[in-house]
Amino acid sequence: MSDTTANHGPRRIPDRLDNPLWSAILSWEALLVLVAIAIFAANSFASPYFLGPWSLSDLTFNFTEKALIALAMALLIISGEIDLSVAAIIALASTLMGMAVQAGVGAPGLVAIGLAVGLACGAFNGLLVTGLGLPSIVVTIGTMSLFRGVCFIILGDQAYKGYPESFAFFGQGYVWWVISFELVLFLAAATVYWFVLHKTSFGRRIFAIGNNPVAAQFSGIRVGRTKFILFCLTGLMAGIASVLITSRLGSTRPSIAQGYELEVITMVVLGGVSILGGSGSILGVVLAAVIMGLVTFGLGLLNVPGIVMSIFIGLLLIVVIALPIVWGRFRRRV
Amino acid sequence: MLLDPHPARFAPDPPRKGEGTKPRLTLSGITKTFPGVRALHDVSLSLYPGQVTALIGENGAGKSTLVKILTGIYQPDAGEISVDGGPVSLPSAHAAFGHGITAIHQETVLFDDLSVAENIFLGHAPKTRFGTIDWKTMRAHAREVLATMHAGHIDADARLKDLGIANKHLVAVARAMSIDAQIVIMDEPTAALSAKEIEELFLLIEFLKSEGKAILFISHKFDEIFRIADRYTVFRDGEMVGEGLLADTTQSAIVRLMVGRAVDHIFPQREANIGARVLSVENLSHPTEFDGISFELRKGEILGFYGLVGAGRSELMHAIFGITKTSAGAITLEGRIIAPKSAADAIEAGIVYVPEERGKQGVVIGLPIFQNMSLPSLKRTSKSGVLRLKQEFDLARAYTERLDLRASSLSQDVGTLSGGNQQKIVIAKWLATAPKVIILDEPTKGIDIGSKAAVHGFMAELVAEGLSVIMVSSELPEILGMSDRVIVMREGRIAAEFDNKGLDAVTLVQSAAGIAA
Amino acid sequence: MNALLKSREMWLAVAIAALIALVSTRYAPFAEPANLARVFNDTSILMILALGQMAVILTRSIDLSMAANLCFTGMAVAMLNAAWPGFPIPLLIVAALGVGFVLGAINGLLVWKLNIPSIVVTLGTLTIYRGATFVISGGAWVNSDQMSPAFIGFQRAALVGIPVLSWIAILVIAAFFILMTRTATGRSIYAIGVNPTASVYAGIDVGRTKFIAFCISGLVSGLAGYLWISRYVIASVEVANGYELNIIAACVIGGISIAGGIGSVGGAVLGALFLGIISTALPVVNISPFWQMAISGGAIILAVVLNARGERKQGRIILKKAEAA
Repeated sequence: MSDTTANHGPRRIPDRLDNPLWSAILSWEALLVLVAIAIFAANSFASPYFLGPWSLSDLTFNFTEKALIALAMALLIISGEIDLSVAAIIALASTLMGMAVQAGVGAPGLVAIGLAVGLACGAFNGLLVTGLGLPSIVVTIGTMSLFRGVCFIILGDQAYKGYPESFAFFGQGYVWWVISFELVLFLAAATVYWFVLHKTSFGRRIFAIGNNPVAAQFSGIRVGRTKFILFCLTGLMAGIASVLITSRLGSTRPSIAQGYELEVITMVVLGGVSILGGSGSILGVVLAAVIMGLVTFGLGLLNVPGIVMSIFIGLLLIVVIALPIVWGRFRRRV
Repeated sequence: MLLDPHPARFAPDPPRKGEGTKPRLTLSGITKTFPGVRALHDVSLSLYPGQVTALIGENGAGKSTLVKILTGIYQPDAGEISVDGGPVSLPSAHAAFGHGITAIHQETVLFDDLSVAENIFLGHAPKTRFGTIDWKTMRAHAREVLATMHAGHIDADARLKDLGIANKHLVAVARAMSIDAQIVIMDEPTAALSAKEIEELFLLIEFLKSEGKAILFISHKFDEIFRIADRYTVFRDGEMVGEGLLADTTQSAIVRLMVGRAVDHIFPQREANIGARVLSVENLSHPTEFDGISFELRKGEILGFYGLVGAGRSELMHAIFGITKTSAGAITLEGRIIAPKSAADAIEAGIVYVPEERGKQGVVIGLPIFQNMSLPSLKRTSKSGVLRLKQEFDLARAYTERLDLRASSLSQDVGTLSGGNQQKIVIAKWLATAPKVIILDEPTKGIDIGSKAAVHGFMAELVAEGLSVIMVSSELPEILGMSDRVIVMREGRIAAEFDNKGLDAVTLVQSAAGIAA
Repeated sequence: MNALLKSREMWLAVAIAALIALVSTRYAPFAEPANLARVFNDTSILMILALGQMAVILTRSIDLSMAANLCFTGMAVAMLNAAWPGFPIPLLIVAALGVGFVLGAINGLLVWKLNIPSIVVTLGTLTIYRGATFVISGGAWVNSDQMSPAFIGFQRAALVGIPVLSWIAILVIAAFFILMTRTATGRSIYAIGVNPTASVYAGIDVGRTKFIAFCISGLVSGLAGYLWISRYVIASVEVANGYELNIIAACVIGGISIAGGIGSVGGAVLGALFLGIISTALPVVNISPFWQMAISGGAIILAVVLNARGERKQGRIILKKAEAA
């Protein structure tokens, strides 16, 4: 509506008007950085043990597994879909890896099984959503019960143990000094996802689909195919997370990773991804993961029980989302 | 609250035309500003009981803002609204409702999954003595209201979803009757109706007039306005530029008021240079939307598709563009049979489509201009899947400058642009793919006059460069002014084909409506 | 009211009857009235919760915090009872309703006043309410021996041969039936789900109606909180963990469209009963109860597929009109 200029004749339209530096300062990510610094500072004041290298290294285990899934989930949510079954996929992949252990499969085979199960579950979700045109929130509530239900059928109240020594590396190993394999994997994955979402045409198409799937389709984007790939990716990341968690715990119960789906989604939304689709960034999700890790770990050092930390996470989620809205209203009034 | 069942009420009131009557509703000095846009400036409007006032103006003249103010959705920044001489305020839709103001909207905003009776009485349902909804009385009252409107054939228990568009209109009017609305706003009520349905609607409007309702009738169609309305008010760029009795004016006088200048030279003069066959469609059929469609399109040609809304033209174009599946037939492009299964296939083959529903299907609101522009060309602007922003900006700049886009920067969200500039982006986006055939569906619907001329001028340029254009349009002047040939569709089939030499509007209209010449 | 919806519930009823028949071929007493009454009683809490969730889903929203609300309210009333065993049960139920209402109203206010998507709001409050349960209880449990006999016995008392719990469920179902079909509020809840824009024009406040729906779901969560704790006679932070998804599952199986506007009281009740029957039937036909989750997952997927078919919109049929003319 507001065509700001109206001089006649052809003229050169500038690429952009706002200063990129200024918009970076005002961005969501900047707000998250501030929050992260504040919590980091609070932690280091509150506990003398916080600033040690091993302590900081332990901190990363609090978020790496969930954050790996959050990377793919961010893409999925930006495209306008959601996957609530990721925690159940972790459980199913872990259960099938456990079965394979009983059959004497070695570490490489286990990893392959974990990833394949994740990918297959993601593809199953993707087929139901894009092939049959069903709402993803309901489909994945269904597959969530289905996948975890299969674990209960297989395991009952038993547990799989006896994972090989070499398998322990993925969830417990260190690449160098205090730098864990999980952290390295997460940083690598975050870089790849950042590149894919922000620097490739595939990423651009995800944003277009999330903002307007119909116009995207009319612009020649294969919407169904793109969404299917994203479901597969999310499943695959859940498979990777399953390998890490199973390796770290060294055992599989059907209740493994219970409730992770909501934590992953919290991470994504806190990271500034619109739950309605169409906007968000990988940097934001990484920062949100770090913040959640900091809160959990910091309060842990203070002997605050995990369940109370969840209050902070919940409050953080609502406050961080509500703040810009309230601020916007306040500014309009002034 | 309900219609008075006393038969005396139904005798038509004596005509109350002329200046002597007191207005039922008066707006004066209404001003409404949105950030950066002055939607209405100091406008006035009066509606008289038993009369139809036509509100006329180009899209963007401020009509829909006015409707939203009248129905309590928007609040005016300044000005006064009075009903029956007393000033009122309309802070909410509910308040407007309470003052007897009701609107029947473009897309009949009703509730598809609720019953007819409930659609009529939602918000003011009859209650039992326990305060609960009295369904029995509600159904009975619904039947009563429908019967008084000669619409007794509509089942009060049917779901609205199962009714045709004309019957939905009847339900909307029944709703107006049930709240004893004195002021009825009809916002382009005929846009989606067939000729027969329009006749039925006019009977209904006559009925409302006889009931003494004051009616505001918004339409783009002059024949309708002159047939049904008593008075007119013309808006231009958010200002009231003229009003009076229709009997005292002429069509061309109103058009002059609307556009503020003569409109004779809108269409570019061009020498058609028509070459070989580019596209041929043979016996293309769809189970429910169209059947046995065959036509050819030649190089450098503009082929107009005329017909009433709902004749199946858009559905046919969607099929050629690969969005809708066909049941039979073949599409041949430059001698090669193509069977596009998706828009992506069609674009690859060289067929592109500028959709009618710009906001829903054309632009991706939320993305900046340059990203909208490069969307179908990402394969070219990126290198092995990696984006190259410079290429994207270059591409966007080249085409937007050619189309004389008005924007402050290429990183501006397309949602902040006017309809006309959004349309330029959709067209530019396609040109960047170097298509062979460009299909434009209602290319100037809802855009301002300046952009309209720009789009028409650009179409002429395109065909001069050897592109082939299919233009679906329901606007006669546009069809007559732009096309080399015209195909008329009626009820999913091709009704006639004309060479646009000495073609006149009457022939086209008769053909589209199925009336023998 | 409309044939398609009716038939959808009818089909669900048929499926449930078939399920009961199937189970009774393996174990005849299953179909006896006394046993079916027991199944109903066992499913009461899920039915009550599903009805509250239905009100929210109809408005195109979702409430993920119901189970957390239940957990918090349950803990609150259990502690009230432990501290003051003589506190009359009817007043205690009022207290449970009140606490649940407040938690629901918080969700509703955030959705209404700040316009935050409900899935985000309730994702946040879900963790907050559960965390708050820990805070008020200090992580301790309230066990059966800390609860008064009246607290535990109230829902078990028989009235005309039927436990009070079942009567409460029947009462709630009846209340919802009246609310959803006979009151302006109930019809507004449907209307804003079917067409929010048209609702505004019809003078319905969309935000306020959503707020009311969340208050309703809070209210029933609070009630369910007391019922759950007094039924399973233990109050802890872990109570009903993850149960929010069972509630949504009952709604989905009951044919309530996640897109809003479509669904009925009968559907929600039948959806809950379907899940309830499966959980009670599995042990009696010698299938491990561990199958339950997978079966309900399959049922959800099947229900979505079938519902989507029913809801699919018909295109405008241009040609038919042509042939008729």
